[in-house]
Amino acid sequence: MSITAITPSEKRRQEIPHVTIRFVGDSGDGIQLSGDQFTSATAVAGNELATLPDFPAEIRAPAGSLAGVSGFQIQFASHEVYTPGDQPDVLVCMNPAGLKTNLKLLRPGGILIVNTDAFSESNLRKVGYATNPLEDDSLADWTVHKVPLETLTLECIKDLDVPTRTGRMAKNFFALGIMYWMYNRPMDETLTYIDKRIGGKNATLGEANRRLLLAGHAYGETCEMFPVNFTVPQAKIAPGTYRNIRGNEALALGLVAAGVKSGLDVFLGAYPITPASDVLHQLSGYKEFGIRTFQAEDEIAGICSAIGASYGGALGVTLSSGPGIALKQEAMGLAHMVELPLVICNIQRGGPSTGLPTKTEQADLMQAIYGRNGEAPIPVIAAQSPSDAFMAAYEACRIATKYMTPVMLLSDGYIANGAEPWSIPRTEDLPAFSHHFQTSAEGFQPYGRDEQTLSRPWVRPGTPGLEHRIGGIEKAHLSGNISYDPQNHDFMCRMRAEKVQRVQQDIAPTVVNGDADGGDLLILGWGSTYGSITAAVQWARGSGLSVSHAHLRWLNPLPANLGEVLRRYKRVMVPEINLGQLVHLVRSKYLVDARPLNQVRGQPFSVGELVKAIKQMLEVA
Amino acid sequence: MSAPVEIPKYTKADFESDQDVRWCPGCGDYAILSTVQKALSTLPVRKENHVFVSGIGCSSRFPYYVSTYGFHTIHGRAPAIASGLKASRPDLTVWVVTGDGDALSIGGNHLIHALRRNFDLKILMFNNRIYGLTKGQYSPTSELGKKTKSTPLGSLDYPFNPLALALGAGASFVARSMDTDAKHLGDIVTTAWKHKGTSFVEIFQNCNIFNDGAFTSFTEKPVRDDKQLRVEHGQKLVFAKGTKGIVRRNDRLVVGNLGQDATLDDVLTHDATDPDPSHAFALAALDVPEFPVAMGVLRAVERPTYEEMMSEQIAQARARKPADLHKLLHAGYTWTVK
Ligand SMILES: Cc1ncc(C[n+]2csc(CCOP(=O)(O)OP(=O)(O)O)c2C)c(N)n1
Ligand code: SF4
Ligand SMILES: [Mg+2]
Repeated sequence: MSITAITPSEKRRQEIPHVTIRFVGDSGDGIQLSGDQFTSATAVAGNELATLPDFPAEIRAPAGSLAGVSGFQIQFASHEVYTPGDQPDVLVCMNPAGLKTNLKLLRPGGILIVNTDAFSESNLRKVGYATNPLEDDSLADWTVHKVPLETLTLECIKDLDVPTRTGRMAKNFFALGIMYWMYNRPMDETLTYIDKRIGGKNATLGEANRRLLLAGHAYGETCEMFPVNFTVPQAKIAPGTYRNIRGNEALALGLVAAGVKSGLDVFLGAYPITPASDVLHQLSGYKEFGIRTFQAEDEIAGICSAIGASYGGALGVTLSSGPGIALKQEAMGLAHMVELPLVICNIQRGGPSTGLPTKTEQADLMQAIYGRNGEAPIPVIAAQSPSDAFMAAYEACRIATKYMTPVMLLSDGYIANGAEPWSIPRTEDLPAFSHHFQTSAEGFQPYGRDEQTLSRPWVRPGTPGLEHRIGGIEKAHLSGNISYDPQNHDFMCRMRAEKVQRVQQDIAPTVVNGDADGGDLLILGWGSTYGSITAAVQWARGSGLSVSHAHLRWLNPLPANLGEVLRRYKRVMVPEINLGQLVHLVRSKYLVDARPLNQVRGQPFSVGELVKAIKQMLEVA
Repeated sequence: MSAPVEIPKYTKADFESDQDVRWCPGCGDYAILSTVQKALSTLPVRKENHVFVSGIGCSSRFPYYVSTYGFHTIHGRAPAIASGLKASRPDLTVWVVTGDGDALSIGGNHLIHALRRNFDLKILMFNNRIYGLTKGQYSPTSELGKKTKSTPLGSLDYPFNPLALALGAGASFVARSMDTDAKHLGDIVTTAWKHKGTSFVEIFQNCNIFNDGAFTSFTEKPVRDDKQLRVEHGQKLVFAKGTKGIVRRNDRLVVGNLGQDATLDDVLTHDATDPDPSHAFALAALDVPEFPVAMGVLRAVERPTYEEMMSEQIAQARARKPADLHKLLHAGYTWTVK
């Protein structure tokens, strides 16, 4: 049997500006792989896009169980895209568990493509369906396409020497073929992937998957079931070279870039934790950049080893998620006290305690800003999207080194695992990043300070003539000797705080997207809510409302003009995926009547709920 | 290899800092400080290449009094900080100074992992069998039933044997000495420095304020010879001025009286390099009153250090492919929009 791609007939084509597609199935159904392939094809097609994988919490949940459902969502468009989409227009569903957990997300009237072969009595029973939903009228609200995916798959490759079990598992490529047809995606990238990655290891399997992709595509074209297919015209995208990137990948690359540009060796001390571990994995593969990664015995050792490395003249980095960050608090205080550069990455997840390990949340802001004993402020920076994690990480390293201070970098599960196209920066365009090790004994004071940044000198042990002692006990100004003098302690606490405050010199003033001179409503956000807020504000402005948006990159210190900006608006709303943390900070700091908008459902805000909140606040129907 | 560095002629005074030493008068820490400073002056290492990292406790104040680089960190974490330092700066001689509480209680986890990884760290643990700095609570090495402020009716904890713990964690170098024997301690510190890998040295240290006389049952002059077994690699395990020796009977170590119930041939010979740690473990466990306490290097075996292997992996990766940031950023599938 030989199949070639057929050109879809023109008459059935319909042009749409954007679409959101969600793939769901068992974790063994290759959902993430299908999602990644569909994403690459969409990038080639020239659309704007954003994606979000939705992993099951259990690693090996029983096959077909509700706990084992894996999902992947993508929104792509001929215009700008800021989120992976609120409500899928299309749900591609591999099994009853996927249907049970995801059907409620599908837009009424949306398209459901479902693998009928998985709807056996036992599978239905496993997830609590008394009757087969494909056979009663429970799906009447949607356009349902029932496809016997496994039967078609096995039929298509029956002459190949592929075990039935393996063959069945390849059904995702048949499904992908249908979707490529339905949304006119180019298949070349995926075919190359199949030939190289799958065929390279097992030629027969490669052939099988290649056939299935093409067969799925042909099925879409020839099967009576699908009356139309869709095109999404190319978006106007800024010139540049792009790649699709996940937040954790971007963060890791930002750290590498910081090492290369500064000439400092990067040392990462970390203990595995979801959703931060991928950064450890990735950096461990960059040994040619001299990056030293150390899987420590716990989070405390992770940060302590990084402090030890920074003391030795490396760029010490540690990373974790909420529970691990809590363990690092005492050591962060030490780094603040001894004034060494250190970057602490917190890839936030749902808390408290173990909370929702695979879900997203922004509830560690207060921990980031205040979570140490004593007066120990540190700069806090937040990434706002997957690709932005690159520059956020780079800046965190630059500021840590320039001001000789620990810096907390906040990301979250949504940014970590979400992906979007990234306009790859030219290395020569990255901000200048230098460092200075003191080597001259002339006028050397261990706690002397740079006039502009107030940072103390960085001395590598091994430098002759500059031997000195540092530590967590309060140090005398300049000499760094132990001092219990009350005046000195007051002075030093204020000095360290002032140094952190001076990071403001490196922080761009707040920029308002919308009515810069003031208006009815300003939405103030931080971190991963950027996409949803931007989309919601765009909608609101499109319908004539005076709504503007400001997004904070630095949470500590805050931009110098923030208070003044906030006061230009009649109302200020602060949406956060927590129960109200930034709103608390700005209310107390600026005495403005900022209003919270909160949810902690482990998911980003939908654009819809933000729009609703905007309308409510402006009292428009 | 870099050019050989010239080592100045040092004296003990070159390793004394300008800070007033603030331990209680009579504290065993003074003697240890002085012995270590003296040992440092004899080592072929330039002063600026020594780093002392400590945790929290009376003992952990040590770095302030030594005029090398020093880092007084937080309670229990010195091995972790020193590990990161050594990983990124294999060229430095990194010492860890810690107490029995610092190392074995709050920092127990870091200690065992440092030992198994075999970073080239020199760990000096001052064991006074008490929490000194917090004014006298019992520690993980205090004997069962010890009455302290927090255990008025006697402690209910069975103590750790620090050397047995270190051996169990896979330590490549394990030794024991005491504050009052400057000669022995100086030798042990020097031998610990020579060992390539994690050296763990337990130093019995008298806290004359909260646990005075904790070690007198085997350190006082009248009992010293009879109650201490000075072990030396390749030498017979004899003590009590050559009148007694450690022999094995029915698979157990017992004290043999030479010329009475045992001959010198029966006495075991100490092999610190034995790959099997059970000999060292048995020696570590010897205790008064039945046995003498073993002092000296119980175990010294060679194996590659963590930082060596780490540097090797980096060197190999660099030989395989150049570090090209532009290429790295452009890895995988990219597309260009004009
Ligand atoms: C996180 C933390 N917990 C508790 C303490 C209080 N603390 C300081 S030293 C110490 C015990 C020290 O005992 P040891 O390590 O034996 O040192 P020594 O003072 O006996 O030399 C304790 C409990 C502390 N400084 N930090
Ligand atoms: S309390 Fe004990 S250990 Fe601490 S300085 Fe005084 S005598 Fe030494
Ligand atoms: Mg003690």
